[in-house]
Amino acid sequence: MAKHETPFLDQLETGPWPSFVSDLKQQAEVRAKNEANVEFQIPVDVVEDLLGVLELSFKHGRTHWKHGGIVGVFGYGGGVIGRYCDQPEQFPGVAHFHTMRVAQPGGKFYKTEYLRQLCDLWDFRGSGITNMHGSTGDIIFLGTTTPQLEEIFFEMTHKHNQDLGGSGSNLRTPSDCIGQARCEYSCYDTQDLCHNLTLEYQDELHRPAFPYKFKFKFDGCPNCCVASIARADISFIGTWRDDIKIDQEAVQAYIGGEIPPNGNAHSGRDWGAFDIQKEVIDLCPTQCMWMEGKTLKIDTKECTRCMHCINVMPRALRIGDDRGLSMLVGAKAPILDGAQMGSMLVPFIKAEPPYDEIKEVIENIWDWWMEEGKNRERLGELMKRQGFQKLLEVTGLDPDPRMVQEPRSNPYIFWKEEEVEGGWDRDINEFRKYHKR
Amino acid sequence: MAFISSGYNPDKPMENRISDIGPRKYDEFYPPVIAKNKGKWLYHEILKPGVLVHVAESGDEVYTVRCGGARLMSTTHIRELCEIAEKHCDGYVRFTTRNNIEFMVDDKSKLDPLVTDLESRKFAAGSLKFPIGGTGAGVTNIIHTQGWIHCHTPATDASGPVKATMDVLFEEFQNHRLPAQLRVSLACCLNMCGAVHCSDIAILGYHRKPPMLDHEYLDKMCEIPLAIAACPTAAIKPAKVEIGDKKVNSVAVKNERCMFCGNCYTMCPSMPLADDVGDGIVLMAGGKVSNRISAPKFSKVVVAFIPNEPPRWPKTTEAIKHIVDAYAKGANKYERLGEWAERIGWERFFEKCELDFTHHLIDDFRDPAYFTWRQTSQFKF
Repeated sequence: MAKHETPFLDQLETGPWPSFVSDLKQQAEVRAKNEANVEFQIPVDVVEDLLGVLELSFKHGRTHWKHGGIVGVFGYGGGVIGRYCDQPEQFPGVAHFHTMRVAQPGGKFYKTEYLRQLCDLWDFRGSGITNMHGSTGDIIFLGTTTPQLEEIFFEMTHKHNQDLGGSGSNLRTPSDCIGQARCEYSCYDTQDLCHNLTLEYQDELHRPAFPYKFKFKFDGCPNCCVASIARADISFIGTWRDDIKIDQEAVQAYIGGEIPPNGNAHSGRDWGAFDIQKEVIDLCPTQCMWMEGKTLKIDTKECTRCMHCINVMPRALRIGDDRGLSMLVGAKAPILDGAQMGSMLVPFIKAEPPYDEIKEVIENIWDWWMEEGKNRERLGELMKRQGFQKLLEVTGLDPDPRMVQEPRSNPYIFWKEEEVEGGWDRDINEFRKYHKR
Repeated sequence: MAFISSGYNPDKPMENRISDIGPRKYDEFYPPVIAKNKGKWLYHEILKPGVLVHVAESGDEVYTVRCGGARLMSTTHIRELCEIAEKHCDGYVRFTTRNNIEFMVDDKSKLDPLVTDLESRKFAAGSLKFPIGGTGAGVTNIIHTQGWIHCHTPATDASGPVKATMDVLFEEFQNHRLPAQLRVSLACCLNMCGAVHCSDIAILGYHRKPPMLDHEYLDKMCEIPLAIAACPTAAIKPAKVEIGDKKVNSVAVKNERCMFCGNCYTMCPSMPLADDVGDGIVLMAGGKVSNRISAPKFSKVVVAFIPNEPPRWPKTTEAIKHIVDAYAKGANKYERLGEWAERIGWERFFEKCELDFTHHLIDDFRDPAYFTWRQTSQFKF
């Protein structure tokens, strides 16, 4: 017999998609039975109360969680988010229900042995409810009490060689795409760069000293599977500078219908026979491809590496060998002043350990933002406020037309005195000799 | 429930402390076939929706079965997926950026038993535990935020509308019949921890009533200057308010300047916005993050408001279904939803999707607004 009636939530148990309500209910039951004899350190009926408070929100159309509260582990300013229920008498099991962010491994690969260790820890000292994973990328432990926070951190670091992730005004846990681990498009080792920078900047990640949050995201190619260009203060997008490698035999196999286009991604519908002219050449945004007889030609110099042709014919076309990445900066979601896409700052940089050149760009940007950024001002907003020129100045990078969509359409250039011959000091009396009042 | 110490000594927190060690290293968890062929993959193919094969230069193959999952997941469920991974995949499993679970095997003969096993598993009330799909020209899992399960600022729930939407779009999760991939995302408030603003379809929770003011507590719970500075439209100013015979420091809000972003509430708990009638859903469409063919795009607001309708948000899912169906019917092969809308024109988009165009959809927020008005004589009747 469930502790709370949940007529609204019960309606989310039907339908094919995995029901989180069914999952929560099974978890409540497992805890109640406790066949594994766990010495639960937080209330055994925590999940029942979670279902209860969620049901109440479905009834009221409003959340029942209070504004945060400052909780954490000693020496860290992030990784734990305080959460309290606003109906603690009715739902004592979730009166304190703090979140812990657990830094995820690159590519989100796991051994089950390790996942089971995390489950054991979280059943013992928390609700057993998680997010796999949170939006930023962390494993999220959802719901424990204040006295358990240090205990969980101690066990995590001592037994599982595992740290917390970021929250608050600091470097958020960086995240990456699957990259070279299992993708033929990846132009650099996203997991290695992500891990390297994560370790390099542990201090920035755990001890908030920034004006606001700061995100790194690593996409191996311009397909951008982790959406870095939309949400990372610095987005690292793989690219290359030389020729797309062409296997002309495989091109013919696509044309002849022996290989399905786009990795068979359109198999559920009859789109007619594959037409390389219509589906690849005509859709190329720079029109840099053509057929010469049975040979596919690409004018590399004109290619902007949009990935379309490679996506359509992955067995015939491969990324080039002179690989690296582009760094785009300043992306953010709408709050406050509207959404911003990442803007191109470094068109091409090699991505090889120890990544010193990349770190130099990052640290120059941080020095500027920490000095000039206002409270809760994202990098993108500071860029808008102080201008792209300022960004060039602080990073010491040379201007490049690749950084802009188009040149400015107003002539309101903020010339600096040293840029104008003779400076700005002039003699009005000298001027008046030739120009009467 | 006796307290059991981990070994941590609260009197000496720095004793024996380990910190700043970061996450576990990625390559500890690579399946052998991944470790061996990393960086040497030749190509991939989707054998059927949800099932991929990647082929390496060495000739090795890895077969991946992608399953949808609720990102809100219990340890019971994680243990079950561990059991599956141990049975079929030598104890390895991974998750995708979009909350899918991927089971990998290194031999084709191991594929069918894995698929059969995954398909057979259902929750007690009948929903699938591990639906296979989410690849190619279809709908993949919805990325989303916490909602009413755990967040203090949401204007809608997250897991509920996601479950309802995925039930409605389920066939597209298991099929490859759309013109291109279609990414749906949900953020339960404008803070958008889910960064949904570049999705083919974005479901966004939004408030429509200005903050209430808890004058009696405001000065005790908030830094008034921070609350004032938090407002992007300068709608908040300091105020003295009489409560009984006392005068207290508080704030006043110019309601007509409020754009309901909730940033004040983030800074000041005495300014709650949540309301059962005021809160609801904004639908946005046509965004993308890929650089394929066209540049990444922001999603555009196409429905200004739909009330919250727990538990299944029928008006929201119906509008989404209209958009997906119109897109499936009208777009060319490879064309993303936003590219289709731009090709046919947004005036035609509203007609095809049977959506009303209301004044709310014309941008009036600062500079970018101008660039969204029509500055040409070209339009369609």
